[in-house]
Amino acid sequence: MAMTFHVDIVSAEESIYSGTAQMVVAPAEGGEVGILPRHAQYIAQLKPGEVRVRVSESGEEHHIFISGGLLEVQPHVVTILADTAIRAKDLDEAEALEAKRRAEAALADHKADFDYAKAQAELIEAAARLRMIEKMRKHKG
Amino acid sequence: MAGAKEIRTQIKSIKNTQKITKAMEMVAASKMRKAQDRMLATRPYAEKIRQVIGHVAMAQAEYRHPYLEEREVRRVGMIIVSTDRGLCGGLNINLFKKAVAAMREWRDQEVEVDLCLVGTKALGFFKRMGGNVVSKVNGLGDQPRLNDMIGTIKVMLDAYDEGRIDRLVLVENEFVNTMTQQPRVSTLLPLVPSEEKELKHHWDYIYEPDTKPVLDTLLTRYIESVIYQGVVENVACEMAARMVAMKSASDNAGDLINELQLVYNKARQAAITQEISEIVSGAAAV
Repeated sequence: MAMTFHVDIVSAEESIYSGTAQMVVAPAEGGEVGILPRHAQYIAQLKPGEVRVRVSESGEEHHIFISGGLLEVQPHVVTILADTAIRAKDLDEAEALEAKRRAEAALADHKADFDYAKAQAELIEAAARLRMIEKMRKHKG
Repeated sequence: MAGAKEIRTQIKSIKNTQKITKAMEMVAASKMRKAQDRMLATRPYAEKIRQVIGHVAMAQAEYRHPYLEEREVRRVGMIIVSTDRGLCGGLNINLFKKAVAAMREWRDQEVEVDLCLVGTKALGFFKRMGGNVVSKVNGLGDQPRLNDMIGTIKVMLDAYDEGRIDRLVLVENEFVNTMTQQPRVSTLLPLVPSEEKELKHHWDYIYEPDTKPVLDTLLTRYIESVIYQGVVENVACEMAARMVAMKSASDNAGDLINELQLVYNKARQAAITQEISEIVSGAAAV
């Protein structure tokens, strides 16, 4: 029997995946990394993209889309702390400004208008999702 | 028979109210169960992060993150988590009382308080009460999303980074059980690292890209997840409190209906008796 290890993919809102695997491929900041059993202890920041979890010898794989996060590797356990949305510094900044503005607006009682930063974030995420779907289609067909 | 008709309409209107409160009770009960599940689902993330932070903070002695360091308190940031809707008993009021008491304590020590409000009720309350509101978020609904709160949290974290506030506290309701919800004030920043025995690991992680950004991200995510947990827990509290409030409202409506029914029956009987005596006396006169 081939060696396996445990994989947990969790986000702040829920547990996304939990199970054993033979290999995990994740999109780290510096490029994709593949983790095999007995990998050294390792922490990496992840970019938005797909995480591939190979479950068995026959090549059965789970594809999970994440919007970035952190990868923590222990010799027999791999944990991915997934973000719930695409996070970038300027985007967070925009959100913060927005929240401040909202607070001021609420105190002055104004109506909110169109949110550019949010729309852009949604667009980026949608594009990443589309890329992944396309890839999966190619993989199957 | 003048009073009887009025009493009948009153009974009818109370019955309608009772129907509504009963429906709300049942809706709150089912939502509470879901909210409790969601509350449990948020735990593994925070636990995992806490572990990793504990390790990284210990392994990395030369880099002290500002979030981990205690400093003199001149200004406090306070995040108050309330509900968006009412009809949930004294849940919000108890929480605000606690928050106001804490604020007064700080004011006595000449420490100013900045407020960050979650939920419409808190906004309404502190608009009346007065208070320095720096950010707010409301309309999160029954299934709050972390995304909707990032900006609000960031305002407070930025304030902490820039030294405008020296301490960040979270005021929220603790879900003890269905009958009991307890307001709680807890300190988010500075994070007090748990006093662990000693350095028992002889290994360290390989970091990508580097220790500092990883630790920064971890700490930010951790604070966010704790606040998110607070909000989710508050939803469970809201539902539980509403369920209990609506149950007692339904019960009260039932009591009221019984009493009115008694009054109605008496009025009806009095009217019949009067009618009979009128007929009898009329027949005797003939």
